Amino acid sequence: MSVLPSSTVAPLDDILLRHGHQPTALLQILIEAQDIEGWLPASTLTRIAEGLHIPRARVEGVAGFYSFLYQHPVGRYRVLFSDNITDRMLGNAELLDTLCRKLWVEPGKTSEDGLVSITTTSCTGLCDQGPAMLVNGRAIGQLNHRRINEIAELIRQQRPLDLWPAGYFRVDDNIRRKDALLNLEMTPGMALGAAIRQGRDGWLAGMQASNLRGRGGAGFATAVKWASARNAPGEAKVIVCNADEGEPGTFKDRVLLNSYADLVFEGMTLAAWAVGARDGFLYLRGEYRYLLPQLEAVLARRRSAGLLGQQILGEAGFDFDIRIHLGAGAYVCGEESALIESLEGKRGTPRIRPPFPVIKGYLDRPTVVNNVETLAKTCLIALQGGAAFAATGTAQSAGTKLLSISGDCAAPGIYEYPFGVSIARILEDCGASDTQAVQVGGAAGICLATYEFQRRIAYEDVPTAGAFMIFDETRDLFEVARAFVHFFAHESCGFCTPCRVGTSLLKGFMDKLADGHGAKADLADIDWLDRLLKNASHCGLGSAAPNPVIDTLQKFRPAYERRLVSLDFEPAFDLDAALAEARQLTARDDAGAHLHTHGENEK
Amino acid sequence: MSGKQFLLDGQPVSFEEGQSILEAARKAGHYIPSLCWHKDFPAHGSCKLCVVKAAGRHVSACATPAREGWEVESNTPEMNGERRGLLQMLFVEGNHFCPSCEKSGNCELQALGYEYEMLTPRFRHFYPERPVDASHPDILLDFNRCIFCELCVRASRDVDGKSVFALTGRGIDKHLVVNAESGRLADTDFSKDDLAAHICPVGVILHKGPGFAVPIGERSYDGASIREKKLREEEAS
Repeated sequence: MSVLPSSTVAPLDDILLRHGHQPTALLQILIEAQDIEGWLPASTLTRIAEGLHIPRARVEGVAGFYSFLYQHPVGRYRVLFSDNITDRMLGNAELLDTLCRKLWVEPGKTSEDGLVSITTTSCTGLCDQGPAMLVNGRAIGQLNHRRINEIAELIRQQRPLDLWPAGYFRVDDNIRRKDALLNLEMTPGMALGAAIRQGRDGWLAGMQASNLRGRGGAGFATAVKWASARNAPGEAKVIVCNADEGEPGTFKDRVLLNSYADLVFEGMTLAAWAVGARDGFLYLRGEYRYLLPQLEAVLARRRSAGLLGQQILGEAGFDFDIRIHLGAGAYVCGEESALIESLEGKRGTPRIRPPFPVIKGYLDRPTVVNNVETLAKTCLIALQGGAAFAATGTAQSAGTKLLSISGDCAAPGIYEYPFGVSIARILEDCGASDTQAVQVGGAAGICLATYEFQRRIAYEDVPTAGAFMIFDETRDLFEVARAFVHFFAHESCGFCTPCRVGTSLLKGFMDKLADGHGAKADLADIDWLDRLLKNASHCGLGSAAPNPVIDTLQKFRPAYERRLVSLDFEPAFDLDAALAEARQLTARDDAGAHLHTHGENEK
Repeated sequence: MSGKQFLLDGQPVSFEEGQSILEAARKAGHYIPSLCWHKDFPAHGSCKLCVVKAAGRHVSACATPAREGWEVESNTPEMNGERRGLLQMLFVEGNHFCPSCEKSGNCELQALGYEYEMLTPRFRHFYPERPVDASHPDILLDFNRCIFCELCVRASRDVDGKSVFALTGRGIDKHLVVNAESGRLADTDFSKDDLAAHICPVGVILHKGPGFAVPIGERSYDGASIREKKLREEEAS
């Protein structure tokens, strides 16, 4: 029995037909095929391979890559608790435990009757209203014990999701501070009309004058990217909006897509006008699948208004349309070349660069990949001119930045500031007190200690894609770093040796310390691993993976040192833990069934 | 010498436009190690054994075109230390028991372990569970030794035209699968004459029958180091 209403589930042949039997649609087909039974049986993969005329092994390779695709049965109710550090700080572990006990299911397993499975997933982008979960892809925030009890009851009664209280699924925008972008009230098509009047060259010149830099964090000049793609050989150019907002602690794109989708799609169309592209994709992270119906509705409205399709706004030769491509739980797909692989229906493995996507991207066509916020900002530039935009912010960082603020503060949510704002000012505005540290830019970002709170949000000082997680004096920065290390180990694509093995080794060392088996030698090994990951990894995920450890080791070393039980060496092997299975089998838990290791004796 | 040059550990190396650092170096008689690189295939860049420092930045020598005037560091204590670490990672993530492996002496991973003086595994073993597949009449697949170079994947797909192999899973759980719903090699169209049956640098794809035909002690890397062997092969080609 599927929890989805049967009318929305198309048989496999219909799904294949609707996607034109195109191998590039493989990921989309797998996502939709999974809706039939809630998982992907081996025979389904075989039928998809036959339908697309591709090797079955390739289908299995792709199905195995994405966290939200299952090759084993999962519960008819599939509960995924968001496991960002901010969810942990709000007590998600206890809530997960409670729900598991109420429904008689072990975490990570499916209940005997196939009713429910409960486990964790990487940050779902609801940090401002956590702890959060996804139930069959639909987001529920503001979890507490009462809500968990109610959810347990609804699942036990097998109530279809559509009949759950609608308030559960309400996702608030929580916009706390507006500036140029969020204050912009624009009739759809206005920016586009202005850019068309400027002509393709005039519009690109305006973009150049604006000094707009990519809001995904790297800060590459947007106009340079557009011009490169425009000048690249190849006719069929592509615009991609990267809405794979997977960086833990970031949720600004969720808000832009929820309430400012017209700005985002208009930005994509503006990019197409400058570059001469015909095809556009919005790569929407699987965690935001619940936004899909409303986004499709916006696209349909824009098509009927002549803002997408043939001869946009009557301009001969300006043809452009946008398709939405769903991700399925893979942070690495936020890396632009991995995102393009995923768009092509493949495993999200980052490519060797160069060639860069602007030269050879989607299906080897020149491809521009821009962040959601970057594209929305181009509307401002089209309407107000490049010079006006360049005049705001700082000299090297023009314009404003959306920050996703969460953690220990009175008013978490979205804050838009001109670039150059200090950390201290932000902390004051959001009502943070006794702040010990701020993690800016997500797990891959930078951890700032109190003595750095005069630093400023700007590409030349503290660059960020927008995550801003606050930790007060009561928090343990070692546990913060450990949570991020777990995240990277889970999200490594596994392509290159240093990241595939190194992130898991790092996780092992952090867990060893957490378990009370740490020694000084471990800190040296952690140090060495950090450097190798940074140096030798294939892409930004691997080279950023050690960042949280490097920063906290440097700035909060006592959080590590107080976990060391030995100054030289301590084995990771836990004799007592190794006996756990024997104890379970013999139903014993008395003192005689335990062994004590050196570390525990000292406690 | 004429044409374009870069400096490899202080020595001038000539290269042709578009040639990778690794290819140019080997042509000039300088060894840069590799596991996933193969002269008949495009660069893969996954094993990272060929990591060098070019103009101060770490890059994969196999995937980075050489550039005029670059200073490249390769055979230095720092880079060799990183390579040793990468080898240790490859050893602990799989199950490698060299003394009982048919590939011992012919295995590139083992040979590189000797070449880079790897004396201990250094890290905790992962001991993954990777059942062997003995279903095929001519070939045994021992996944325990897989290092994910994808040479079999590429050879089967791009040369044999069969796509018998693919990688699935992610991160540390990544693993090799075969092109059959049953998951058994016997149910694919794999043949012992495929290029993919002869390309594994380690001991995953083994031919049944001729096991231990060449005694240990007389195998590829028993007499000469992998460095010498690879440079000799390069010269002969």
